Amino acid sequence: MVSANAELAYNSKIEGDVVVSRLDAVINWIRTNSMWPMPMGLACCAIELMAVAAARFDIARFGAEVMRFSPRQADCMIVAGTVTYKMAPQVRRIYDQMASPKWVIAMGACASTGGMYRSYAVLQGVDRIVPVDVYVSGCPPRPEALLDALMKLQNKVSREPAAQRLFRA
Amino acid sequence: MTATTDVAALFRERFPQAVGRPSGDCPAFNVPADQALAVLRVLRDEGGFDLLTDLTAIDAGPGSSPRFTTVWHLFSTTGHAYVRLAAACADDARPAMPSATGLWPGANWHEREAFDMFGITFPGHPDLRRILMWDGYPYFPLRKEFPLAGLETQLPDIEVAAETTARVLPAPLMGGPFVATPGTTLDAGEPRAGDQSWTERTEKPR
Repeated sequence: MVSANAELAYNSKIEGDVVVSRLDAVINWIRTNSMWPMPMGLACCAIELMAVAAARFDIARFGAEVMRFSPRQADCMIVAGTVTYKMAPQVRRIYDQMASPKWVIAMGACASTGGMYRSYAVLQGVDRIVPVDVYVSGCPPRPEALLDALMKLQNKVSREPAAQRLFRA
Repeated sequence: MTATTDVAALFRERFPQAVGRPSGDCPAFNVPADQALAVLRVLRDEGGFDLLTDLTAIDAGPGSSPRFTTVWHLFSTTGHAYVRLAAACADDARPAMPSATGLWPGANWHEREAFDMFGITFPGHPDLRRILMWDGYPYFPLRKEFPLAGLETQLPDIEVAAETTARVLPAPLMGGPFVATPGTTLDAGEPRAGDQSWTERTEKPR
């Protein structure tokens, strides 16, 4: 009798303890699926950010549920809210304290452009002090929009030449 | 302590030099700056106005004298009545007003805000620093000569400013300022740009 092969995955007994892959693929696979956010909640967008982390929208499905309040342990800064000029240096300092590789999502109109705050006190877009990877429109954005931004960022990260950068002299 | 709802009688009796101030709602009085604290104390201790609900300031614009006026709003929690008190600052260039923190500790942040926005100093205040803008900000944003879009200056942090080359810049108003039209319906009077011919790219016509 011939039985169907039930093996769906890698069988170490047959193939040995060796997996062949591209380093880029492995590194990017790790990075995209454990992207720990640094929640830079500065205004009302932070409420939507909390909703994204909660059960209904559940950012854990994308491996980004571990909100780290220490920049040393974070990979992706989510700037959620109005950045005033008074707060701008602190945002930049926290970005500087994050370990590379690091990414930034500008969540909502205020973080992206200053939004409705055409004011002497508000930084007109957080991209003036930190490099932004994904901008999210909305005031505030729906939680789905932030999930979409995270997926776009994961898509972007998965195409990075990670190994090349890793071993660059 | 009972609240005196007839605050006008109290003023006539105790401070005949105080004059009535045009008001749409509660009784309002103008008093000389050097008597402001004495009047506030009497209103608190004898008039029953035990709560300082607001302390703010008015700028009448450069050239006018007196230019700066400090305004106190008091409320009586027993008599359920408001009273407004205003005192003009004597000096137009370096306005000052005695601090009310000795009467109401809650005046602390209000006076810091008035100092931050108008540059009015409050002698007797325990910790007169800016409260909204950062220390070292060179302007007083709610003064009349300060443009709505702001003025160019340095970021608060010199290191970050050098690293990012970012500066505090006048905010683009895109045809603004957006002005509400009073006296019409809510729909017709909602804020609109007075002149929509100019944007960030095309200069405002002179």
